[in-house]
Amino acid sequence: MANVLVFIDNPGNALKKSTLELLTLGRSLGETAVALNGELHQGVSATLAEYGVSAVFRPSAQDLDDYLVSAKAAYLGAAASAAGAGTVLLDNSPEGKEIAARLGIRLNAGVITDVVAVDTDGTAHKSVLAGSYTTAARTTTAVSVLTVKANNVTPEPASVASAPETSTIDVPADATTGARITAREQKVASGRPDLSDARIVVAGGRGVDGDFGPVEQLADALGAAVGASRAATDAGWISHDAQVGQTGRTVSPQLYISAGISGAIQQKAGMQTAKIIVAVNKDAESPIFEIADFGIIGDLFDVLPQATEEIKKRKG
Amino acid sequence: MKIIVLVKHVPDAQFDRHLTGEGYTTDRDESILSELDEYALEAALQLAEARGGAKAGNHVIALSMGASGAVNAVKKALQMGATEGVHLTDSGLAGSDAAATSLALAAAIRHLGTGAPVDLVLTGMASTDGETSLVPAQLAERLGLPQVTFASSLTVDGGRITARRDADTYSETVEASLPAVVSVTDQINEPRYPNFKGIIAAKRKSITTLSLADIGVDPTHVGHAGSWTTVTAAEERPPRTAGTIITDEGDAGVRLVDFLAAQKLL
Ligand SMILES: Cc1cc2nc3c(=O)[nH]c(=O)nc-3n(C[C@H](O)[C@H](O)[C@H](O)COP(=O)(O)OP(=O)(O)OC[C@H]3O[C@@H](n4cnc5c(N)ncnc54)[C@H](O)[C@@H]3O)c2cc1C
Repeated sequence: MANVLVFIDNPGNALKKSTLELLTLGRSLGETAVALNGELHQGVSATLAEYGVSAVFRPSAQDLDDYLVSAKAAYLGAAASAAGAGTVLLDNSPEGKEIAARLGIRLNAGVITDVVAVDTDGTAHKSVLAGSYTTAARTTTAVSVLTVKANNVTPEPASVASAPETSTIDVPADATTGARITAREQKVASGRPDLSDARIVVAGGRGVDGDFGPVEQLADALGAAVGASRAATDAGWISHDAQVGQTGRTVSPQLYISAGISGAIQQKAGMQTAKIIVAVNKDAESPIFEIADFGIIGDLFDVLPQATEEIKKRKG
Repeated sequence: MKIIVLVKHVPDAQFDRHLTGEGYTTDRDESILSELDEYALEAALQLAEARGGAKAGNHVIALSMGASGAVNAVKKALQMGATEGVHLTDSGLAGSDAAATSLALAAAIRHLGTGAPVDLVLTGMASTDGETSLVPAQLAERLGLPQVTFASSLTVDGGRITARRDADTYSETVEASLPAVVSVTDQINEPRYPNFKGIIAAKRKSITTLSLADIGVDPTHVGHAGSWTTVTAAEERPPRTAGTIITDEGDAGVRLVDFLAAQKLL
């Protein structure tokens, strides 16, 4: 079987669920090595062994994070060669896709983004045109670079744990010529689940009229992430990070509750692959009702608080 | 300054979009200038205007690659205020993936940089059809230039560019020296509409047509033949159908929770 390289960027103390998904997918395709950037903590090391990783690579340079993408792509290119990788897997974040883009040129490798599943013969599945088509695609090159969306693989440790060797990859000298990141501000964490991986998303639009309270309270009762339409983020009612849609995040949760959002094509582009869509909107003509599994024609300021109370009551 | 803005001719998302033919490429009948490229064009126009415009030697060149219809994207860019238009068109380009597209565009940009070098290449954050956002980074890699992507603000001072960008957990300030490839988000500005004067002026602006031979690209390196990915199957998803719609009669919140419980989502 082909060798697979999984890129793990600054995992911190524990691997994210989406990384465990990549490792599980990687193992289904071949012997899996990891190219890590950042600290390798003991907990992460132990998980990599549990997931059957055969080798762990680390970069010779510590400052990859100071350069925008290009340094990581150069490192990963060298790691892929060292691993003899036929497939490189990255997460589907904007940064993951960009690293994949540059890596593809470095390795003369085809890049496929937004992948939701990979067959053992390398065929990758994804949806395109804002979710209106599902497609299968392959690369025609010796190496394939794939960025994989979260929540499409069930993480599973290997049947037999491994004892991966760690080795250092020399980062090519041309890696540190690109754009430099000269300042970084940590964003305030909301304490809620991350929007991209959340099982449930409650999203508000212009209809909240400046008050995200009912949306946030329902989200908290459901353990959900909070999303928003561009009208709501443009108005400054909530951070741009919450924006779901073509130019915001793409989410694919089990449940998406849309409140006070009309359902423009650019909003639908980010959420219509949700398993179940619930819409609350005053206007029966809103296009969101065309795709809602359960639609409520009503005022969100009545419906959401009542639902929140009812959930609390039932959960006791 | 010499700024090249990439403008893509894409199917209008307001209509149903389709994949057709052997390579499952997008049907481009009802196409427009990609909305996300309008932000790049606006950013270029603002940079040029702040430096005294075309009179002071600041040129904004709109470059589109695509079949005959793609010239409409260039025309729209000229109406908005670009100084020149370039249409890269060749039957050999049909079916190009991101890698092949970036190869052709890199060659076109090198070609346009003979004489006076290009200072800046501006693009939208993604196309609204392919939606991959691969091309700006691949172009930067091919041209050996720094990339500054997903810029939500942009300043150019002397030979340096400074941009803000929003990553998942950080807001970043990014600096690079020119020339550079920069992609911008829809947060950066509010694109202008072409006005009457712009529409009249556009009629007098020239559009250069380039072929693969003009830019020295071997047709086997682009198009279907030169692409590194191939679509093997495509299936239209059945459109989502509407489910149950109720009107709130004072108990819709409770009925919503009943629905969630029935779906085992509580
Ligand atoms: C290039 C481009 C990119 C874009 N990217 C995105 C994107 O990523 N994400 C995105 O969301 N949009 C995006 N948009 C914008 C998109 O086209 C819409 O303008 C936007 O989604 C509208 O947001 P909205 O539904 O909240 O507002 P509106 O369209 O104004 O709808 C508000 C809705 O709330 C309802 N309402 C009002 N009050 C109440 C109440 N009390 N209770 C219940 N319902 C109520 C109204 O009936 C109405 O349906 C983009 C646009 C462009 C041009």
